[in-house]
Amino acid sequence: MLTFFQDLADYPFLVNAVAAAALAAVAAGLTGSLVVVRRSTYLAGAVSHCLLAGLGLARLLQRRFGFGWLSPMGGALLVAVAVALLLARLTARGRHRPDTVLSAVWTGGMALGVSFVALTPGFQEDLMSYLFGSLLLVTRADLLWMVALNTLIITVMILCYNRFLAVAFNEELTRLRGVNTAVYETLYHLLTALTVVLLVRVAGIVLAIALLTLPAAAAGQLTRRLDRMMLLAAALGAGVSVAGLALSYGPNLPPGATIVELAVIVYLLAAAYARWRARHAAHA
Amino acid sequence: MKPVTDTPAVEVRDVCFSYGTQEVLHNVSFQIAPRSLVAIVGPNGGGKTTLLKLLLGAETPRFGTVRVFGLAPAEARARVGYVPQAIPFDPRFPVSVREVVLMGRTGKSRLGLYSRADRDAAARALERVRLDHFGPRSFTELSGGERQRVMIAQALAGGSALLLLDEPVANIDPQHASRLYDLFRDLTEEVTVLMVSHNLGVVTGHATHVLCVNHTAGMHALGEVASETFTAAFGAHLTAIRHDADCHVLDPTAALKAPHHGCACADPPHTHPPSGTPRC
Repeated sequence: MLTFFQDLADYPFLVNAVAAAALAAVAAGLTGSLVVVRRSTYLAGAVSHCLLAGLGLARLLQRRFGFGWLSPMGGALLVAVAVALLLARLTARGRHRPDTVLSAVWTGGMALGVSFVALTPGFQEDLMSYLFGSLLLVTRADLLWMVALNTLIITVMILCYNRFLAVAFNEELTRLRGVNTAVYETLYHLLTALTVVLLVRVAGIVLAIALLTLPAAAAGQLTRRLDRMMLLAAALGAGVSVAGLALSYGPNLPPGATIVELAVIVYLLAAAYARWRARHAAHA
Repeated sequence: MKPVTDTPAVEVRDVCFSYGTQEVLHNVSFQIAPRSLVAIVGPNGGGKTTLLKLLLGAETPRFGTVRVFGLAPAEARARVGYVPQAIPFDPRFPVSVREVVLMGRTGKSRLGLYSRADRDAAARALERVRLDHFGPRSFTELSGGERQRVMIAQALAGGSALLLLDEPVANIDPQHASRLYDLFRDLTEEVTVLMVSHNLGVVTGHATHVLCVNHTAGMHALGEVASETFTAAFGAHLTAIRHDADCHVLDPTAALKAPHHGCACADPPHTHPPSGTPRC
């Protein structure tokens, strides 16, 4: 761990990794709290797995059809937005069973991704990095779009916080109060999808859902206000991300996996503390 | 627009409504004066909740007209506060009482950002339901009765002049239920209250009118029963409904076969007897 902090001053890629992890943690803290409160973790899982289709398609277009300007993460971003809009529309007001739609998108997206990868000529060396993250390969250009995405997510969340809270609490009553709740449902889906894109850069498709939900779930054990839960989740997420990165650096472990393992430990500790506090209060 | 003070809070005229081919309400007409406390009673499936939906503008009648403060329900929505029977929510949902009350004002600005006036309105609403100091508390820690008060405060904070309460005392112990009814009566100094209830005995002790709904509907003023014998036997709040000859419809089959009185608002179901009435 000490080596990590010593090397931090010498290696810019480590600074990039810390910045990327912190940026993703802030977005995940805000959006993830809403996802946890709304019990829609499955939505985040479907979006993240579907991103393989975007990553694979972009790489296929790059290698076979000369779309040099389209990066894999650019493809992921486009697919994330498209999937968010599709899911918001399909699941609106019980039009279709949400779990069925999400399962179809989850598996269908993943299957498409695998096919695109198979069709792409050459060795797909970075497929594993999409699946499990490649924090140490974050570039300065990556950081720029991550800052832009983060700013967008934070701004929308601050401006629409009251409406998001009201819709999550009771959609029907909010609609009867004259609010176009469909707009906020769509925005919620979009924010979740964009946050997942950020997290995929840090922890990969398979582990992104953990960083979205675990810090938020841990924060939910410690506070009973959504705004405080969001801030606490962002802080916990940033903490476990930097700590995970530092811990994994020495023994050369995959940073994404170490971060998620730490997040699980933090969640278990928070749950144990909440349980202890509840018992203590009952005896008092 | 007509002045609000001269118009009935609710005016339902010759309303028929059906889900598909099954008619739920037929030739329903009644008026509710402002600041009344009306109990809507009737059997399950008789159309009580449908009636609330019509008043909220969530459903449109097939025939007839519904007016709330002289306006179509959709236009009057800002002045109508609906409190559902049970609020489906996560027992761990992280929200304070003040935030829940403020949600009553969320439709009033473009993005739902709350102003000082919104916060003042929420504080006043909490005072009116006698939960002045509950603002910072967690909504999930409250009892069932307290939660109902908070939801009523939400409706009041939104500027509702008509409260629609669906089974407001369901799952609440009798002592807290009695306090809620006292609160409803106090609220009628300023607003009109309509409450759906299964418990005729308790409701009629507090309401000014009873609306009996069983596919058809009849409004009854409440006359106090002077007899000390009844009061002694059933308690101080005992009242009786003044029945007209055609008051309680135990079997609505015959009534449902009658032709529509009102004009058509939407396409009527094919199996219903044709009325030949003009469209609105």
